[in-house]
Amino acid sequence: MNLTIPELSLVVLIGPSGAGKSTFAREHFLPTEVLSSDYCRGLISDDENDQTVSTEAFEVLRYIAAKRLEKGRLTVIDATNVRAEDRQGFVALAREYHCLPVALVFNLPEKLCQERNAARPDRDFGAHVIRSQRSALRRGTRGRQGLKREGFRYVYTFTTPEDVDAAVIERQPLWNNKKHERGPFDIIGDVHGCFDELTALLAELGYEEVDGGVWQHPAGRKLIFVGDLVDRGPQTPECLQLVMQCVKAETALCVPGNHDVKFMRAMWGKNVKQTHGLAESIEQIRVYELHYRAFGRIAADFIDSLVSHYVLDDGKLVVAHAGMKEAYQGRGSGKVREFALYGETTGETDEFGLPVRHNWAAEYRGNAMVVYGHTPVPEAEWLNRTINIDTGCVFGGKLTALRYPELEIVSVPAAKTYCEPARPFLPEDVAPSTLSAQQAHDDVLDIADVTGKRIVSTRLRANITIRAENAAAALEVMSRFAADPRWLIYLPPTMSPCETSTQPEYLEYPTEAFGYFRSAGVGRVICQEKHMGSRAVVIVCKDADAARARFGVTTGEAGIIYTRTGRRFFDDEQLEAELLDRLRGALMAGFWSAFNTDWACLDCELMPWSAKAQALLKEQYAALGAAGRASLAASANALQQAQKRGIDTGLLLDETAHKQAQLDSFTDAYRQYCWPVANIDDLKLAPFHLLATEGAVHIDRDHAWHMQTLATICGHGAPLLHATRTLEVDLSDAASEQRAVDWWLEMTRAGSEGMVVKPRDFVARGKRGLVQPAIKCRGREYLRIIYGPEYDMPDNLERLRARRLSGKRSLALREFALGIEGLERFVRREPLRRVHECAFGVLAMESEPVDPRL
Amino acid sequence: MLFTITTTHQPATDLGFLLHKHPARCQSFKLAFGAQAHVFYPVAEPNMCTAALQISVDPVGMVRNRRGPRGERGTLDHYVNDRPYVASSFSSVAIAQVYSSALNGKCRDMEGLVATPLPLEATISVVPSRGGEGLLRELFEPLGYELLLQRHPLDEQFPEWGESPYYTVTLRATTQLQKLLAHVYVLIPVLDNEKHYWVGQDEVEKLLRFGEGWLADHPAKAAISRRYLKYQGSLARQALERLVVEERLSAADEDSPTEDPREEATEKTLSLNEQRHGAVLAVLESVGAQRVLDLGCGEGRLLRALVKNRQFTEIVGVDVSHRVLELAAARLRLERMSPMQRERITLLHGSLTYRDQRLAGFDAATIVEVIEHLDPPRLAAFERVVFEFTRPNVAIVTTPNSEYNVRWETLPAGSMRHRDHRFEWTRAEFQSWARGVAERFGYTVRFLPVGPDDAEVGSPTQMGLFEVLSEAQK
Repeated sequence: MNLTIPELSLVVLIGPSGAGKSTFAREHFLPTEVLSSDYCRGLISDDENDQTVSTEAFEVLRYIAAKRLEKGRLTVIDATNVRAEDRQGFVALAREYHCLPVALVFNLPEKLCQERNAARPDRDFGAHVIRSQRSALRRGTRGRQGLKREGFRYVYTFTTPEDVDAAVIERQPLWNNKKHERGPFDIIGDVHGCFDELTALLAELGYEEVDGGVWQHPAGRKLIFVGDLVDRGPQTPECLQLVMQCVKAETALCVPGNHDVKFMRAMWGKNVKQTHGLAESIEQIRVYELHYRAFGRIAADFIDSLVSHYVLDDGKLVVAHAGMKEAYQGRGSGKVREFALYGETTGETDEFGLPVRHNWAAEYRGNAMVVYGHTPVPEAEWLNRTINIDTGCVFGGKLTALRYPELEIVSVPAAKTYCEPARPFLPEDVAPSTLSAQQAHDDVLDIADVTGKRIVSTRLRANITIRAENAAAALEVMSRFAADPRWLIYLPPTMSPCETSTQPEYLEYPTEAFGYFRSAGVGRVICQEKHMGSRAVVIVCKDADAARARFGVTTGEAGIIYTRTGRRFFDDEQLEAELLDRLRGALMAGFWSAFNTDWACLDCELMPWSAKAQALLKEQYAALGAAGRASLAASANALQQAQKRGIDTGLLLDETAHKQAQLDSFTDAYRQYCWPVANIDDLKLAPFHLLATEGAVHIDRDHAWHMQTLATICGHGAPLLHATRTLEVDLSDAASEQRAVDWWLEMTRAGSEGMVVKPRDFVARGKRGLVQPAIKCRGREYLRIIYGPEYDMPDNLERLRARRLSGKRSLALREFALGIEGLERFVRREPLRRVHECAFGVLAMESEPVDPRL
Repeated sequence: MLFTITTTHQPATDLGFLLHKHPARCQSFKLAFGAQAHVFYPVAEPNMCTAALQISVDPVGMVRNRRGPRGERGTLDHYVNDRPYVASSFSSVAIAQVYSSALNGKCRDMEGLVATPLPLEATISVVPSRGGEGLLRELFEPLGYELLLQRHPLDEQFPEWGESPYYTVTLRATTQLQKLLAHVYVLIPVLDNEKHYWVGQDEVEKLLRFGEGWLADHPAKAAISRRYLKYQGSLARQALERLVVEERLSAADEDSPTEDPREEATEKTLSLNEQRHGAVLAVLESVGAQRVLDLGCGEGRLLRALVKNRQFTEIVGVDVSHRVLELAAARLRLERMSPMQRERITLLHGSLTYRDQRLAGFDAATIVEVIEHLDPPRLAAFERVVFEFTRPNVAIVTTPNSEYNVRWETLPAGSMRHRDHRFEWTRAEFQSWARGVAERFGYTVRFLPVGPDDAEVGSPTQMGLFEVLSEAQK
């Protein structure tokens, strides 16, 4: 016997002890799909037959079943379930998770059950137990209707062991499961009898009418109608006929709308109110039937055959008339169908007497794209990966199609207003908002989208886990210090130094940086001078309008400069605006058109160091210098006096003199990176990545391109904009490498911080996955600022060589992947919370304890 | 760092006996963390003798071998810090070790000299004093010293950076050497305000031992104990209680170092904080609120007051700092509350710039001295979060009244009360903001003064009381 059950169902096994339920379950289902009450008894009391813990055992069982159903997993309940009250809870559970309850009844001869139990040493209860279980079963399940009445949608009964042995379970995909259909699709909004506009739109989309009124696309595209084909408009029957033909010819899919369903009921002769355009439809059908007999009944049967919603393209696309929330997608129940047809209402009515709709899309957090209609809107707009494409054609708006996967919107205007809407859907007195629906919605982010343990999937490095305690730290920094999250589309990753050098007198040396990349399989690298300033992310927009349109920022700003932790770089708004102006000037008009953009995001270093790090400099670096000078001078003085007296102070005086020299070098080292900033002319901005512009994250370009492009821009913006010196190295050529070492030695001797070595390609992958995007190699003198004035005394250097880089490197990769992911999401115009999640993640990672000197 | 002691007592070289160090030799001692101490005499004449104690700290060893909890105060974790050069707890340890007999008043060879007041001059090459010259004088002058102070600039090349917190300090007095050493031993860590080792119970014993005979009478004894014990409230209290049994501590002594000393000093005289909380409680009581949110609850001072009042059946404290919430939990003694009490109070980690479902549906929300910690561009998000999504029936917002700042002598003109304040509003500014908010989100608002209401500049704190408009009022 073939038993057909829905792929997502709650299978309830029913039968007395010894009926063979567990054996059956083992044979036909995965061990993890089967939840046995005996097993749960064992979990609690270490004894599978301990009846005193039944209540607790069923609590555990229900809890697990609920979790499985929530995740869309078929679940089998292996318990006797012989009484109606035992089963009730499971039917309710299935309803709660919008899946179908299935009953498998084991109504086998009593003798057989008794024999089987007798053979099992752990079942020592009396024969009366099975007898009473069987009679309870018979009472509760009399006739097939018995269990159907309880709510089971599928009931199968075994009466002989042969039945049981012959059973084959067939799992049937749900009607709404069209995951195997991958498109491309053209999804059409509410038609409402607007036949002319429909055919015009189909033609615009490239469809052609072939024999028998079927429309088809030469490239094999498929139509999907979001429903509400009927009512209000002039040609309801023609629209129905077209869609029916296409669905039959499999050039279209269609989901039902609420109007369609009411129309269907009217055609079936049910008593429905002929309002909201239904009367017109009925009249049109009457005329149409003069040529086409019984069309109304045929159309009604067609509507009846439609499935409430479809899940398409591997679950990436969902189409339903009034939308579909995540928990309902791919499920089947009365509630799901209700939602698909009518959406959710709050129970209130508005000033026009229409039900107030609950804005499910605002709360939508699902991964699937949801395309729907139902409520007319002036423009089809994305909100949290959902889009309403009912642009009110019948009300004089337009008929809209969404092309998938291109996500292109194609519309044809209504020829006329066929019907006046009860609620004006194109409000005349309200000025159109300058912000998109998504931007308006993104005005406030939700704490639930950032806190707790989070897993962010990134394109570059799959899933990245953000630990809850790191997220907590990031929440504080974000809330207290960060700029408006709408600006924070990117936070830069941390950077690891090269492995410790074995050269005497050096802690870091280029050889190790080159070695790292060579062993990772990178053939060409680019060395860039490392500037000693502060990291600055610059977003520059063409003007304030562009900033508002693209970033949703309404403060009138036309860009921002922020630090690596998302804090505004300048307290002085005017200075910031002036700097952005200068940068805009250097980009020149050609930039905007060349990149077809009106904004750009740049990764830069802003100098001097003292501009941002004033507090650090004064409290730590200058302070050390001041204390050291006073202290060492006093010691030197006292030691000289003692020596004059003929006291042998050993090496103390020499040591002190050496310390004084080292302290001077330390002071010189930090002084080079400090100069007073009176105005903008004292600043220097060195951009090194042109990260993103409209529609593009430029990580497909190599670093040579970035440096070249930016050098040109810097040329127009000197001296504020500062081009970075670079050198390309062929790692298979020792001479090329030596040139880079010499270059580094020369630069660092002249006071440079050092260099950054990057693979030539922006994203490089080696045998072990993503390669470090950059490795820094810092100069000898500069490292005094990091490790203290006396770090290079042989004894100190030896101890400092022991440092671990793996933590820092793993962090750098994760932050790099997150940073780029944020940019890509922004460029794809994803909701702010999805972009913010990445920046938030980088900030969270930065709260990991790592050696700050690396 | 160098610590010299000079005497003109005759014969001055007796100093060698007192210190137990021979004037003709240079002696070296090993200290903890790889540090070294050297004692030598730059001058050893019959009419003047100077003993020098030089301490060399191993900067790498200090970071690498450090035990105990990682300090949040940070500098000890860095290689770039002033530790090798300044007088610090290292110096005290060195003094206790190298000059142990002198510090303990023992002198094998010249016992009589121990009790004899001698003309002494001690110089500490570099003393950090974030409290400036004032603190140095406050600490040493009551002990009878004449002070010579030389302050060092941060960097001669950048005169605009100003002065460093470092002084070369010379103390002059005719006193017993033992006393001088004890004073220096205790007061150096007090000035430095940072310890290289974990402060525990035995530090209380040390403080009491070396403070014997002078600390109890020192006018700054409370501050000395607190700072010596690195602001560990309970230890400081123990020490003080044993010093002055009858003196009970006021709440102010529990102040932690996390609070800005400037705000503390400015507002303490008024105990403005208490008046603020009083005013907030009065409003909450009068509107009959039962379920109350304290948004930005900090260490939970207001929560403590709320818990004591049975009117409030559900109290939720929210703060953006996880650490501060832990402090709040400790201060509220959540662990030790009875289940009945415990059920009434919840602490939530949250932010006022992110919408938060958990905060919806409360009778009242208090937002006490919070908004001024937000950057002005973020206020828009704050407004929507509080007044649109959290939407309490009553919201109490307090913020400083900047007009009042002129009434505080200690507050430099034009500066704000707290380092983290992003703005401080005049009454007109606050009221115009509050009226705008009320208008946009459907609330009424009225204003109340908190603290003495000055005819000219108003009260130090201003309060806005927002009440949600009923359907009928709309």
